[in-house]
Amino acid sequence: MSQGFSIPRFKLPRLFSAIGPHLPQWPHSLALATALNAAAKTGLLPADSLLPLEGRSFVVEVIDAGGQASFCYRDGLFRPLLSAPTAPDLSFRANLSAFLQLLARQEDPDTLFFKRELSVSGDTELGLVVKNMLDAIEWPQWPVLSSVTRFRHQPFD
Amino acid sequence: MVARQKIPELICPAGSLPALKAAVDNGADAVYLGYRDDTNARNFAGLNFDHKAMVEGIRYAQSRRRQVLMAINTFAQPGRAADWRRAVDGAADLGVDAVILADVGLLDYASKTHPDLRLHLSVQGSATSYEAVNFAQREFGIRRAVLPRVLTLAQVETVIRHTTVAIEVFGFGSLCVMNEGRCWLSSYATGESPNTVGACSPAKYVKWERSPGRMSTRLNGILIDRFADDEPAGYPTLCKGRFEVDGATYYALEEPTSLNVLEILPAIAAIGVAAIKVEGRQRSPTYVAQVTRTLRAALDELARGDRPFQAKAAWRTELAKVAEGSQVTLGAYNRPWR
Ligand code: SF4
Repeated sequence: MSQGFSIPRFKLPRLFSAIGPHLPQWPHSLALATALNAAAKTGLLPADSLLPLEGRSFVVEVIDAGGQASFCYRDGLFRPLLSAPTAPDLSFRANLSAFLQLLARQEDPDTLFFKRELSVSGDTELGLVVKNMLDAIEWPQWPVLSSVTRFRHQPFD
Repeated sequence: MVARQKIPELICPAGSLPALKAAVDNGADAVYLGYRDDTNARNFAGLNFDHKAMVEGIRYAQSRRRQVLMAINTFAQPGRAADWRRAVDGAADLGVDAVILADVGLLDYASKTHPDLRLHLSVQGSATSYEAVNFAQREFGIRRAVLPRVLTLAQVETVIRHTTVAIEVFGFGSLCVMNEGRCWLSSYATGESPNTVGACSPAKYVKWERSPGRMSTRLNGILIDRFADDEPAGYPTLCKGRFEVDGATYYALEEPTSLNVLEILPAIAAIGVAAIKVEGRQRSPTYVAQVTRTLRAALDELARGDRPFQAKAAWRTELAKVAEGSQVTLGAYNRPWR
């Protein structure tokens, strides 16, 4: 239904989840932490909504890719964690396609949760803070991104 | 020219600025929103509007000729009535098109202090009869009432026939039967409920526990449901839990499901419903865009009036997809019993 590019629901071949866990997880964690810090710095992630994240640890697990990123938020910065915490404050688990659909605002997190395509464990309230923080972001209208993230009135026919 | 049929207004939820813009851009006639505190019934961490976002949201909607309704629909808590009054004063200052109130004390305050402020009676106000609606009109001058989701369509029609107050009903969204606005299930389990703190089953009491092949939901330690990996899930509210009754375990109160009036839109318009409301301020801008766009298309189709209304398969699929538990219901609207 989205105009232009739309991310289909897919699942990576098993091969990925077999190999994934054997690869170092550190680069994903670093990449994600760097991206989040950049978003915070440009004001995309508002400073006041970051406050409740202070001192908390997070794991984002991409099931079909067999990879996970672990990071924490400390002293106002997202920091990658070398090894996954045994009991993170919050963890998200989904296949790659679900994460992409979320990021592109093509699917709603609650929809994916109801359909059991996204699972959340740990501190539920922290999960809500993160979800609402991401929902409140006003994505800049870059030409390419905007076709994915903006909503227009598109009548059905 | 075929006369265009009068159709209900479409009232859509806005839990954030992007959600508000999604509603406006996709054809909502009005959006409803709330402050970031317990003066409204979706007081969730990180949700709703601070002053800056509120100003921007109102400007965005009103400059596009859409209305902004502010929900101040919880009950003033002992010793803190001033917080609720301040919320009403703020709404009047900001120039919202109406406030949605439930507390009679607050309705009284608003009608006396801000005689020009348009008042809507919230679903939490629990008016299920025309007597109750007319009482609120006589005493506080309410202009619209939102009916609880416990009435059949015939009962809604009876209310409409006996009042000059515009009537709004729920059109889509998670079903909270609320026992006519007086549900205390959440308080029973957690000590907090929508009417008091502005949230049912607050997140801080919720735990999702994953074990191989299944997920369990606990509310303040009480096991309320357990799902196999392929079973659709719902919100962690007590009313949508599975319980053991006389030896059988099942959804004893309500299933995880969403109300959807798509199939009965013509009947809703015909009995004179003034507006239909979409539930879901807690949901993302994506949901708001999807539901608003779909219902706008359906209402526009109904307004044409030149051929019998038929719900399109694409509309049904889109709405079922975003529904709680991935299923929809007509709820009380078509219940044969009263
Ligand atoms: S327990 Fe269910 S019916 Fe009661 S307030 Fe919560 S969602 Fe509504």
